[in-house]
Amino acid sequence: MTDFWISAGWPARVSLALLAAFALAALFAPVAAPYDPAAQNRRHPHHPPMRVHLAPPGEWSEGPLYVHKTKLADIRKRRYEETEERIRLSFFKRGKVLTTADPDARLFLLGTDALGRDFFSRLVYGGRISLSIGLVGVAISYTLGILIGAFSGYVGGRTDFVIMRATEILMSLPTFYFLLALAVIIPATLPSSLTYLLIVAILSFIGWAGLARIVRGLVLSEREREYVLAARAMGASGARVLVRHVVPSTFNYAVVSATLSIPGYILGESALSFLGLGIKDPDSSWGLLLAEAQNVEYLLRFQWLLIPGLLIFLTVMAFNFLGDALRDHMDPKRRGKD
Amino acid sequence: MTDPPLLAVENLTKHFPVESGWWGRPRPPVRAVDGVSLHLDKGEVLAIAGESGCGKSTLGRAVLRLIEPTSGAIRLDGTDVLALSRQELRKVRRRMQIVFQDPYASLNPRMRVGGIVGEPLRIHNLAGGTALREKVAELLETVGLPADAESRYPHEFSGGQRQRIGVARALAVQPEILIADEPVSALDVSVQAQILNLLQDLKEKYDLSFIFISHDLNVVRFFSDRIAIMYLGQFVEAGTNAQVFGLPHHPYTVALLSAVPVPDPARKRDRILLPGDLPNPAAPPPGCRFHTRCPLRMPLCESAVPALTPREDGRLVACHLSGPARMGG
Repeated sequence: MTDFWISAGWPARVSLALLAAFALAALFAPVAAPYDPAAQNRRHPHHPPMRVHLAPPGEWSEGPLYVHKTKLADIRKRRYEETEERIRLSFFKRGKVLTTADPDARLFLLGTDALGRDFFSRLVYGGRISLSIGLVGVAISYTLGILIGAFSGYVGGRTDFVIMRATEILMSLPTFYFLLALAVIIPATLPSSLTYLLIVAILSFIGWAGLARIVRGLVLSEREREYVLAARAMGASGARVLVRHVVPSTFNYAVVSATLSIPGYILGESALSFLGLGIKDPDSSWGLLLAEAQNVEYLLRFQWLLIPGLLIFLTVMAFNFLGDALRDHMDPKRRGKD
Repeated sequence: MTDPPLLAVENLTKHFPVESGWWGRPRPPVRAVDGVSLHLDKGEVLAIAGESGCGKSTLGRAVLRLIEPTSGAIRLDGTDVLALSRQELRKVRRRMQIVFQDPYASLNPRMRVGGIVGEPLRIHNLAGGTALREKVAELLETVGLPADAESRYPHEFSGGQRQRIGVARALAVQPEILIADEPVSALDVSVQAQILNLLQDLKEKYDLSFIFISHDLNVVRFFSDRIAIMYLGQFVEAGTNAQVFGLPHHPYTVALLSAVPVPDPARKRDRILLPGDLPNPAAPPPGCRFHTRCPLRMPLCESAVPALTPREDGRLVACHLSGPARMGG
């Protein structure tokens, strides 16, 4: 890991730091988020993000940071006016990283949604789903894809033929409609955690076929290599040759391809959530939050609703940079040259 | 030949099927190895020489069952290797190891040298933990590699050093027979000599038997006790080094030897240039397989297949001519 940090360029380091920050926030969501993601503040619909001010050093005993209290000036236009009254912020109070000193006051770091729910808290909790769905999905589909593909290519013959025809059938299904059809099977009354697992399963089930075909191709060329022959000559079993020599040769490809397909899972989840077939309110995911930005009028007036889109973008970019750096790092011929 | 040989191969054949078209009639297979018999005694080096595509590498791999032979018999100390199950075969593989031609392709680029050399030990559960590391260090020293090689990757080494790694790996399980498939032809001439000397030392140290496959007759002459010349999947002449190099009998052997470069500009050489290319092994010529290119062919050669028969000095020759072939000059 330290090797990797040294060999990686700054884009990869920034990406890693960013993803680590996102992951930490998601992991410790109850501490990182000031509020429950489902808690509504009906008097603060579409409240804009609050500007955080630094207090003069003399007032630091009450807390170095403060925001202005706001008042709803026009409920129809969702126009808020700042008052002179200050709301002091404090760190590590009531088990939160950053919250108001006064438990009854409200802090909307990134504004609120139509129901006055704190957008920052919803983003933090939504990150739990959006970040993990890519990782879990890729873990499942890549395990399946690599194992099935490698087995198919290595064994060859009739087995190979049957497996490849199966992947073709799977790949010929129009993905999104297939996804819809499968999602409909999930009962609406199911708790979100189960829905989440089912979505991952569905996405992975579709995802492995393409990878299996590519891995099979790689294995076909790899198994004729002399070092594979050498392993067989040593007396290595088929399973050992496959696991120790053939499968690792596909890792370079798989790592890059995996980082590139994580966004697909994140977007797949958001597409389903948007259509009401994935994560449902009051639970939160970046895709679901972004769905609120569908309305053009909302977009023009409440730009902060686009933040989940920005987070998805940053995450996708970060995974791409990380994938590039990992590929370079894993190529033994480049090792020791950077 | 009172004792049974260490390794006896009888009538070994490997036919590669040729894919036929959708509606096409099945095409004849490529007969890469077509009825080869050989024997190898303990501590002996048998060279198999011939031009590219004659089937010598296929023969080496078929003997190890890396390529499944089509028919024939392979007996190692009387055990029929072809009758063994996969499990039994894996145990037998300890006794026969192979060194490959291309030291760049035969080492897994993703494994450290220690892992590569230690793998056969791990496979056969011969050593683990500290004992494994010690054994690997010992092997690396035996083949003349620095001790720190263990933690490095194959790409950090030169061709000659990589071939040493390949040799160390083959030696790890203490085999009795080493099949060297063109072990030096991918290397520079100066490095070739080093590797050949290493193999020679190891042969004496461990009493190894070799099947040494090469197209380089100078190398063969240096290294082998007996030599078999292969043409189009079959042996055409087999005898001791002195017999074959001293006075070749088969016209093909004569032609091959005449093509060997001699480091003496003053010496006049009569090179015998064979017309044409190696015939298609899927459709070998009728009669003697060599008759299409043989300068001494007779009408008989086009119809009758010459059997590999012993001559008075004990060598085996497959030719209708009764004495040594005289050509050129």
